[in-house]
Amino acid sequence: MYERTLGDVVLEVRNISLSFGAMRVLNDISFDVRQGEIRSIIGPNGAGKSSMLNVINGFYHPQEGTITYRGETRHEMKVHKAAEQGIARTFQNIALFKGMSTLDNIMTGRNLKIKSNILLQAIYWGKAQKEEIEHRKKVEEIIDFLEIQAIRKTPVGRLPYGMQKRVELGRALAAEPEILLLDEPMAGMNVEEKEDMSRFVLDINDEFGTTIILIEHDMGVVMDLSDRVVVLDYGLQLADGPPDEVRSNQAVIDAYLGVPH
Amino acid sequence: MRIERDVIYIFMATLFLMVAIPWAAGQLSDEILFEWPFFFEVAIGGLLAGVMYSLVALGFVLIFKASGVFNFAQGAMVLFSALTLVGLNELGLPMWLAIIATLFVMLILAIVIERVVLRPLVNQEHIILFMATIGITYFLDGFGQTLWGSEVKILDLGIPSDPGFYFGGAILINDFDLVAALIAGILVITLALFFQYTRIGRALRAVADDHQAALSVGIPLKHIWVIVWAVAGIVALVAGIMWGSKLGVQFSLALIALKALPVLILGGFTSVPGAIIGGLIIGAGEKLAEVFIAPLIGGGIEDWFAYMLALAFLVFRPQGLFGEKIIERV
Ligand SMILES: Nc1ncnc2c1ncn2[C@@H]1O[C@H](COP(=O)(O)OP(=O)(O)OP(=O)(O)O)[C@@H](O)[C@H]1O
Ligand SMILES: [Mg+2]
Repeated sequence: MYERTLGDVVLEVRNISLSFGAMRVLNDISFDVRQGEIRSIIGPNGAGKSSMLNVINGFYHPQEGTITYRGETRHEMKVHKAAEQGIARTFQNIALFKGMSTLDNIMTGRNLKIKSNILLQAIYWGKAQKEEIEHRKKVEEIIDFLEIQAIRKTPVGRLPYGMQKRVELGRALAAEPEILLLDEPMAGMNVEEKEDMSRFVLDINDEFGTTIILIEHDMGVVMDLSDRVVVLDYGLQLADGPPDEVRSNQAVIDAYLGVPH
Repeated sequence: MRIERDVIYIFMATLFLMVAIPWAAGQLSDEILFEWPFFFEVAIGGLLAGVMYSLVALGFVLIFKASGVFNFAQGAMVLFSALTLVGLNELGLPMWLAIIATLFVMLILAIVIERVVLRPLVNQEHIILFMATIGITYFLDGFGQTLWGSEVKILDLGIPSDPGFYFGGAILINDFDLVAALIAGILVITLALFFQYTRIGRALRAVADDHQAALSVGIPLKHIWVIVWAVAGIVALVAGIMWGSKLGVQFSLALIALKALPVLILGGFTSVPGAIIGGLIIGAGEKLAEVFIAPLIGGGIEDWFAYMLALAFLVFRPQGLFGEKIIERV
């Protein structure tokens, strides 16, 4: 991979511990994320990767530790606040609005960008309609970018799995996020679909300068895309560093790379 | 909305049967009088009653769409709003003021329900939320009657209820039914447009599909729930006023909800147009059946016709006319 200079730290988690009842899911996790980087989180099944993303976007509230984002340090993120402050995400198990079309799904991603008041919208059609058209334009750009023009009007419940993943990415992009959290965007895809998705991730990072936190099981993809990698295992942080360094780390090899699953 | 070809076929077939069966009955039996003006009179009377069924069904659809919850309390909300309205009116508020005050009461009720019942149950199984609405039902029934008394009350809006002749005197229609249908129709259309074409409508549909995803794009679940419950409260009030003026404000108003059930099965639980068309079909269907078929088999069809029709739909088209197809992925 070509040499990249990383920006300032935009997000930092410090000493995060998260438990559900007696089960400790995250144990004293600390890492930072720099402006414009692709930051991966890897680890075996049940390592706590998704939980970490849920902590970052506020679905889970850790018992210990702090989260610093945009210079503000707090003990937990609030979901709505995270969305407002430019953290968008996709889900490991696709969470689309199944009854709605591709277009409408992506449109919901612009929810927080819509300025006109809800009540005004109901009565003051002219202005609200104009705004709607502007957002529609932005959504069309995303649709072009992700090459999903053909399925614009299709209810997403009828789309094949790979396409649904793409629509979900589109919805997250529609928020024009500062940080994009991707939870296994390539899971269950064939080689060709994976290549497409990798290309989109790189292009998003490149063209829009979006910082990306990526969870992925495919080591080839992770090593190709990432600037830095955090390794988790049973809630413990095993390693943190550039792909090459992580790959040759003995603890990681033992716990993860060496063990087939 | 994309209308499938099946829907059109079923719809045409239903319309055809609704004309053909009465006509055939008229030809076959001497007891049944079939004349076109009379047929239309019955059909129109039925359609007008049907609009009022649609109204009650709509309350269910709104909440079901937003939260996936079958709101057992919709009937209780109809009763509660009507009781509150009449109660405030009896306390001396003029009717228009009482209506506004009741709207506020329904809004507050929505906020309280969201805060006390729904919010603590976020992400629970739907069956748990459903049971919570049963709790709300008993609370509202009891609370309403404790507050306002349980005797039958008269609700008079001053809408004339004399029968009037239309179409050159050929067809007899009750003026009250006409006004009620008009008001209900306007409300239904406004709501349908609102939820189909505004941002809040989209947000509502999003919440209906996936809570977590809706939260992640910054849709405030709390607000959405308050809004749909408030709208369902307004719909309940309008239904309460209409049915209350017709039948008197009394406990049986809560049972109106039972009539909405077949409407929902016909129209699909998630479809606003479905609630409208389902209501119309059932309203007209049961009146036509009562007049043109009942004499053949000894009467009383009106009471169970709607449920028969719903049962037929459950067998042949469980998602209803416009409901989303139920696909189980295994
Ligand atoms: N809401 C929850 N309640 C209880 N336990 C949970 C919850 N969320 C996650 N866990 C538990 O936390 C552990 C870590 O789960 P998590 O989903 O974060 O793992 P993961 O690394 O994403 O795994 P995978 O690769 O399978 O997606 C698991 O044992 C899981 O059962
Ligand atoms: Mg996971």
